[in-house]
Amino acid sequence: MFAFIARRLAQSILVMAVVSAVAFSLFNFVGDPVNNMVGQDATRERRAEIRLQLGLDDPIPVQYVRFVSNMLQGDFGISYRIKQPVDKLIMERLPATLELVFVSAIISLIVGIVAGVYTGIHRNSWISRSILSSSLIGVSLPTFIIGIALIYIFAVHLRWLPSSGRAGTIDFGWWKTSLLSIEGWRSILLPAITLSLFQLTMILRLVRAEMMEVMQTDFIKFARARGLSERAINYGHALRNTLVPVITIIGLNIGGLIAFSVITETVFQWPGTGLMFIQAVDFVDVPIMSAYLVFVAILFVIINLVVDLLYAAVDPRIRIGNS
Amino acid sequence: MTNLSSSETPSRFARFMDSDVLHSFLRSPSAMIAAFITLIFILAALFAPLIAPYNPFDPAQISLWDGKLPPSFAGGDDRYLLGTDNQGRDMLSTILYGGRLSIIVGLAAVFLGMLMGVTLGIISGYLGGTFDAIIMRIADVQLTIPGILLAILINGIGRAFLPVDVRDEFAIYVVIIAIGLSDWPQFARITRGATLVEANKEYVASARVIGLPSWLIMVRHLLPNVLRPVLVLATLGLATAIISEATLSFLGQGIPPTTPSLGTLIRVGNEFLFSGLWWITLFPAIALVILVFSVNLFGDWLRDALNPKLR
Amino acid sequence: MSELLKITDLNVEFVTRRGTIKAAQDINLTVAPGEVLGLVGESGAGKSTIGNAIVDLLEHPGRVAGGSIMFQGEEIRGRTEAEMRSIRGDRIGMIFQDPQTALNPLMTIGDQLVETIIKTRGYDQKRAVECAIELLEGVGIDNADLRLKAYPHQFSGGMRQRVVIALALAGKPDLVIADEPTTALDVSIQAQILDLIKQLCEERQLGVIIVTHDIGVIASIATRVAVMYRGKIVETGKVAQILGDPQHEYTKALISAVPRADKKYHRFEAVDYIEGGASRKPIDIATHWLGKARHQSEDETPAVSVKNLDLSFTLQNALLKKNRKMLRAVNDVNFDIKPGETFGIVGESGSGKSTIARLISGLYTPDHGEISIQGQSVLGNQRDPQVKQARRKLQMIFQDPYSSLNSRMNVMNIVAEPIRFYKLTSSEAETRQIVGDLLDHVGLGAAVANRYPHEFSGGQRQRISIARALATRPQILICDEPTSALDVSIQAQILNLLKDLQEDLGLTMLFISHDLPVIRQTCDRIAVMRSGQICELAETEELFNNPQHEYSKHLLGLMPKLDLLG
Repeated sequence: MFAFIARRLAQSILVMAVVSAVAFSLFNFVGDPVNNMVGQDATRERRAEIRLQLGLDDPIPVQYVRFVSNMLQGDFGISYRIKQPVDKLIMERLPATLELVFVSAIISLIVGIVAGVYTGIHRNSWISRSILSSSLIGVSLPTFIIGIALIYIFAVHLRWLPSSGRAGTIDFGWWKTSLLSIEGWRSILLPAITLSLFQLTMILRLVRAEMMEVMQTDFIKFARARGLSERAINYGHALRNTLVPVITIIGLNIGGLIAFSVITETVFQWPGTGLMFIQAVDFVDVPIMSAYLVFVAILFVIINLVVDLLYAAVDPRIRIGNS
Repeated sequence: MTNLSSSETPSRFARFMDSDVLHSFLRSPSAMIAAFITLIFILAALFAPLIAPYNPFDPAQISLWDGKLPPSFAGGDDRYLLGTDNQGRDMLSTILYGGRLSIIVGLAAVFLGMLMGVTLGIISGYLGGTFDAIIMRIADVQLTIPGILLAILINGIGRAFLPVDVRDEFAIYVVIIAIGLSDWPQFARITRGATLVEANKEYVASARVIGLPSWLIMVRHLLPNVLRPVLVLATLGLATAIISEATLSFLGQGIPPTTPSLGTLIRVGNEFLFSGLWWITLFPAIALVILVFSVNLFGDWLRDALNPKLR
Repeated sequence: MSELLKITDLNVEFVTRRGTIKAAQDINLTVAPGEVLGLVGESGAGKSTIGNAIVDLLEHPGRVAGGSIMFQGEEIRGRTEAEMRSIRGDRIGMIFQDPQTALNPLMTIGDQLVETIIKTRGYDQKRAVECAIELLEGVGIDNADLRLKAYPHQFSGGMRQRVVIALALAGKPDLVIADEPTTALDVSIQAQILDLIKQLCEERQLGVIIVTHDIGVIASIATRVAVMYRGKIVETGKVAQILGDPQHEYTKALISAVPRADKKYHRFEAVDYIEGGASRKPIDIATHWLGKARHQSEDETPAVSVKNLDLSFTLQNALLKKNRKMLRAVNDVNFDIKPGETFGIVGESGSGKSTIARLISGLYTPDHGEISIQGQSVLGNQRDPQVKQARRKLQMIFQDPYSSLNSRMNVMNIVAEPIRFYKLTSSEAETRQIVGDLLDHVGLGAAVANRYPHEFSGGQRQRISIARALATRPQILICDEPTSALDVSIQAQILNLLKDLQEDLGLTMLFISHDLPVIRQTCDRIAVMRSGQICELAETEELFNNPQHEYSKHLLGLMPKLDLLG
């Protein structure tokens, strides 16, 4: 068990090292950092001075170590475009993204798992069949099209909800939340539904497939042969064995939500980190791009660690090991 | 039990006609419809220049006077069945050309991902050792990050490395590489998994005892036996790749508006949605969804049909 | 009422798109309390179908098409699912083949037992726990109160099967249906489980149906036996009578195909009733391509020589050497195989016998030691032409006919592959001619060349494997459990074929098996293996009549007694 966690930790550190190397090379090889700081018409002396200041003439490994140590202190440099420290920009926008992901995760997990288990147990009912057919449509709908459609219907046509932006925020120190006001909920509803829909259908289909797989196993057949009730078999034996992979699915789901938040935030002009990244790419704002890269990697490393730990907690085969 | 005395030996075609897969296909209306629609799209893409009423890239055929016309059945001009966009290009023609681009990018990206993934997967699975450990570590890490995010990141980095003036010109290749690179670990993992299973089977041991070299065993014995799951993944991957391309283009990071794909068309149309020009967004969106849906439907059926457990 | 179960005219069919398969036809059976009925037959005979039909757990698309199933005087055919549920577990218990998969891996065995007891007996939690402990003790599990909290993966295979039996008995059933209960277990465990079932049957006056393919199991446990062939019962009666004096042709063929450990005979007789695959058209070896490489020298150089062979597998890797868990699969093994003889290696699973086969054939590389083929060392540089030349003289037949052929290649390409690779013929036409001859020679006929492996039965596939092995014109053949996946009658045919080939071609054979009777029928000398070491090496008759080593004696003692076979 300890070795298991240690191995995962070592792997995470390796991942971070690789990602920081990519971020670092982005910094060093894309455009000219000096140009971006002082503009085209600075004198040669001024440029040399800045190069020295930034340590750009040091050997690459020295620069990399400096980059990582700055990064560990939360220093990602200053945005080329907005001319503000990148860490401050990310912190400002982080609550918007996290709240969006949080609300979408709740929607997609609850609806997805319940519907998945239902269709897994009632395999042939017409409700299951129609849920399944519509889920395939759900998988085929690109997120941005869902967003556009929802905006068109609920904002443009019915005028029930705002079409974009984040409103009604209340301050908690540096954390601005939109979950404590009606106005805030009105603005988060459409983006959250948009973001959750694709993940919801994925979860539904994965849970159902997993459930069907478990129902084929010998121990379910043996449980039947002992005369256990359908209820005990479905909820006691099958569901429990289904839940183990579902933990991975939850991890994947949150990862997926973070990924698709980039798109949703763009469609709804939701002021989160994803939108910031897309804008940064348009302007080749390297400090923000590389900071976002590192930030996403950290999030995924944390998610995967938590998933592995949960996995071990649920499955006695990992927890206890062979005697 | 087979009757060995009969000398009749079925041809490849006859065996295909009698296969369970074909039988299941003929009994599944949804699979047939999906295959039909996918085929139509592919044909339309191949022959877009012949079918399309106009050439949207030919300035001589475009007139700004014809801009923003609604579809002919919604009070527009008879010449333009699905209306025109803001620059006066015929929507039907731009969709045909756009769909062509979407399908080409999707196929190329999946092919790239598959080529990389299958090659690395078979070598990893069969030879094992350090090579396997390194490749699979990379794949594992990459797999935890959703493909679309990776494609956006790789695409962003790729564009950043290109000088501004050639960015549009090379955009299509950057997109293909970005999606392909975000795709390969899936192919690698599924191929490696299948290879591990197959490599443990005794026909591989038998080939080794005969003295066949490793490359021949991988190409002749392993490759044909691991292709089934790869085929399913490639079909479902095509749907995902088309979505990824559309998403990148929608975000303004993909195919430029001068030679629009379906995603680019939707991006352009979205700017006019609020002013009531719904057709510029709606028709490309419908085309995209139908295309992706039929590919998914076909892939879904294929997965079930090739899975002996469910049959 | 003397009958517990009475089945009359039972028919079970599977409706598929290729037509209706009658899996069981006009079945008539009775089971009395305290009686073990053996239901014996080869694969596909329909024996498992009957067990599943009794408790209404037929796999889709199977269905009972007619007949009656009377259990304790009442008809249980055509009951509703709810009624059947109260019969399953409570009155009829089931035991399945594979204890590895029959238990829920995420629940402690205590929870699984308690759940079943509460359902079947209506006890409260506390009483159910006490009852679970009793049940576990009853099936021979020590420290039952502690073991209740253990998960299935913490038990060995044999122990798990005991847990499965305890679960089957949890509802105090009157009838137990055991479907191949010992097939997945080692010989020594097999005997224990059979004893347990027999003892429980006597103590509790249970009726037991044992479904098996193994005549040995029948001989050691059953009171009565029903022989099934292609969905029908061909013969029923007391065990002694059926095994000692079979009436039906099929039963006769089946019993004559069972390898005997108590005496040696040259060939298996009368096995052709079962599969029409014995239409061999042997080729004239003296003039044929195949015979050209025949080993004729009177040279006494060992065909295979193995010295101080060592191989360890890493079970658990760790950075520090002392923390690594290693398994010494082969530990200082030495033997020589004389030209033309059949050398047997026998042992239980995990004894290292297959590992030796794979070491000699080059699939594994030893940690230490020396392997030579006809005097030529074959370790070291594998690209050395002399090593390649020596390796080509040795071919191997594998255990599982369902995985030893590439299903994407047709028989022609499968058999021709080595010929083409080594360019052993001068033209493609000659290659095809030779493949046809080889297929004739192993009894399949040249006409099958364009077919694919899935069209063949296990025995036929094994013949294809043999043809492929012959295509390199080998002088040494390693057979790694070549018949353990086959039915006994097919096994007899394949063993006969191997024997014929050996005589025709002067082959040297290394024969690996866990099955002592088979070893006795095929081998000239035998090495007994245990935990990677050879504990005894002797002439076959010497070993069977006068074993020296304790372990050999133990193994021989475990062999099913087939005295009933007359």
